[in-house]
Amino acid sequence: MIRFCRLPSLIAIAGSLWAGSLWAGSNDTFFLRGATVHPVSGPEIPNGSILVRDGKIIGVGATLSAPKDIRIVEGRGLHVYPGLIDSATEIGLSEIGAVRETSDITEIGKLNPQLRASVAVNPSSEHIPVTRANGITAVISLPDGEGLAGQASLMHLDGWTTEEMEVSRTAAMHLRMPVIQTAHSRFPEVASSPVPFAEARKTYEKQLQELNEFFESARRYQKARAAANPGFRPDLKFEAMLPVLEGKVPLLITAVRERAIRDALEFADKQKIKMILAEGNEAWKVAPELKARNIPVILGETLALPLDEDDPYDKPFTTPGELYKAGVVFAFGTYNVSASRNLPYQAATAVAFGLPHDEAIRAMTVNAARIWGVADKMGSIEEGKWADLMITDGDPLQTQTQVKQVFIKGKAVDMENKHHRLYEKYLARP
Amino acid sequence: MKRALALAPLTALWLAAAPPLVIQNGTILTVTKGTLHGSVLIRDGKIVQVGENIKVPSGATVINAAGQFVMPGIIDCHSHIAAESINEGSVSVSSMVGIQDVLNPEDIAIYRALAGGVTTANVLHGSANAIGGKCSVIKMRWGKSADELLFAGSKPGIKFALGENPKRRGGGTAFGATTLRYPATRMGVEDVIREAFTEARAYQASWKLYDARKAKGELVIPPARDLKLEPLVEVLEGQRLVHAHCYRQDEILMLLRVADEFGFKIRTLQHVLEGYKVAKEIAAHGAGASTFSDWWAYKVEAYDAIPYNAAIMTRKGVLVSINSDSDELMRHLNNEAAKTMKYGGLTETEALSLITINPAKQLMINSQVGSIEAGKDADITIFDGHPLSNFSKVIMVLIDGQIYFDREKDLSQRPVRENRRKELISKAAEEQKRSAPASSRRPGL
Repeated sequence: MIRFCRLPSLIAIAGSLWAGSLWAGSNDTFFLRGATVHPVSGPEIPNGSILVRDGKIIGVGATLSAPKDIRIVEGRGLHVYPGLIDSATEIGLSEIGAVRETSDITEIGKLNPQLRASVAVNPSSEHIPVTRANGITAVISLPDGEGLAGQASLMHLDGWTTEEMEVSRTAAMHLRMPVIQTAHSRFPEVASSPVPFAEARKTYEKQLQELNEFFESARRYQKARAAANPGFRPDLKFEAMLPVLEGKVPLLITAVRERAIRDALEFADKQKIKMILAEGNEAWKVAPELKARNIPVILGETLALPLDEDDPYDKPFTTPGELYKAGVVFAFGTYNVSASRNLPYQAATAVAFGLPHDEAIRAMTVNAARIWGVADKMGSIEEGKWADLMITDGDPLQTQTQVKQVFIKGKAVDMENKHHRLYEKYLARP
Repeated sequence: MKRALALAPLTALWLAAAPPLVIQNGTILTVTKGTLHGSVLIRDGKIVQVGENIKVPSGATVINAAGQFVMPGIIDCHSHIAAESINEGSVSVSSMVGIQDVLNPEDIAIYRALAGGVTTANVLHGSANAIGGKCSVIKMRWGKSADELLFAGSKPGIKFALGENPKRRGGGTAFGATTLRYPATRMGVEDVIREAFTEARAYQASWKLYDARKAKGELVIPPARDLKLEPLVEVLEGQRLVHAHCYRQDEILMLLRVADEFGFKIRTLQHVLEGYKVAKEIAAHGAGASTFSDWWAYKVEAYDAIPYNAAIMTRKGVLVSINSDSDELMRHLNNEAAKTMKYGGLTETEALSLITINPAKQLMINSQVGSIEAGKDADITIFDGHPLSNFSKVIMVLIDGQIYFDREKDLSQRPVRENRRKELISKAAEEQKRSAPASSRRPGL
């Protein structure tokens, strides 16, 4: 139970888990004390304190004392972690999976670098309060589709508008690497007839060629633009490519199988761009190359089936641990909307199968912040960073642990959500 | 005599000759009789004794479970594994077909489910029709034949489906369909079920009349057999369990009332994501509820799904289980059950019951499985930590007292399998080289 007190009375203002609503909209300055603080950037601090002013962390430690007249958050018996970052979601871009009208994930066409996710994130989505209630404070909202799908945005899970939610409009450019696609379906009743391999290979080679040509065109555009000759006409697609070509924005390349991952590496080498690998189910087969190039991975779901029938049954569970041992840097993503809240349990399964516990936490906090270029603002509990915090009654990797309160930029967010509302309503049904 | 013995199935011989088995020193989560530190004695595939101090019989095989957690094998009340096909979607009533005819014992999902601690599953027909095909309860006897997967003595079942899925074919020609199919609305779904049971009643009456007249010694011609209506008559007579896919509270209530009208029971409501809204009515009918832990928002009828569903229904007197409906989710039903502790505050035993004794009761196999008790089948899962912890792994699974999954063995076999795989690939490449004319050889293959 978290108690909010004002010195010197130390009287609990709110006794319930849902006390957050008392704070919603109030200020973002407080002194949290008596909790076990897990800064992630350093060792845990038993009986630690955090001083937050105007949404930023001013101090962290065991010996801090509370300034006068500051609001006190009593954290005795509780744990404080940095808010979790889900490094791949469709949050805000999709409300109900099967209803096209609620989906803004996939645009028409294969070359859409000009699309920006953050402008289409719905701040009123019911998924936002549900997700943050389990400690997730920021997510990558990822446009998806064949080829260049658009710009992935890093969003805080709090804000009245997209602008208030937006942390980074262009965290990365998303590219889905072409693959040789012969058909397959889990339901033989609805499976279309498979495409012959030779034909699928032809399609793949053509797609790869188009992609290379587009990058070459973008480079020529870059030169023409620099030359500023009369008659130069701006092009929004190529404009969007400039920061990628300049290495300012990473190319987030989705590649699942070894072959696609190697294609992606070759492509990144050739185009001399900064790359992040997405999903990378078979990244373990390419680990030395990833490490050598310093390419981080946004891992797909750990709780997944092995790709092939003769893969070890636990391959997706052991992959994060194997990548860690190989020195590859990674963060976790759920690539989902409604299951984003289960992010910590994806990480937990990796721990059961060999990933050190601390590394699992890092892959949802500090590593993610580094990969997305916002390590100066979030990802750990350190001076100067935003107070994106989650207060729990235990290990966030364990399902039974309750998240008592979430802070985003120092503001205690409303912990109420659709699921809890319906729970209270129907539990009370006579 | 000698000859007959030699021809007896090998498994029977093995069982008869098998020494007793003792699982020792473990924390035993019996689910129905508390938790204790001790042993489980197994003989001839059955649990013989559970206790703190059990004497190891001479010649017994001993499994040392020190530091480990021993629980009943997990039961999944909704699965589609080990089936070659799932949906006979061409008709609105497909009760003439059954999963038993398409069981595939070589589906790798069986082994993967075992590795997740599952020993029994209810394998269901799909949800394309208001009244679907017949279901089969199987045990994960990996390596055995299709017939040997079947759970002996389990009651036959049938799938019903309400809502979006059965009405989809009435609203458009998705999924490769070229024609529309009745129904297109939830009203039509109710009608299909009422029409079918009206027919089934008449069919039942025609057989009753025939039997009565025949008993009197009259010379009568039997009615023509109707393979579609026979399973529905079994439902009317309480001989076949109804497992009904449903989401919204209105359709749940509709089905319960139709069942009341025709005088049969719904054994389980499957998915039943809005079950929490009509828990009282479900409990009154006596239907069980088998739900997901926390899936929601993947379609409109799942938009009001909440992770508190299992807890609310449990508190309101419904017999609840957590199911997977997924080859993947099936591998960690223990983690899914743990979510009911977070959302709604179920106790540890209540959470474990959702994946063991409760689904056993729903499938009416609880006299054989679902808990660790003397007299039950020795279907047992051993974890290296508490099964409700996310850091625990399954290390051994027994069915009928035989080891079907052993993590140590799985790990030690991996290099062997990998070598065999490489050998096969190089052999295949050789074959190809030999059989293909030189001109058609592609470089790099």
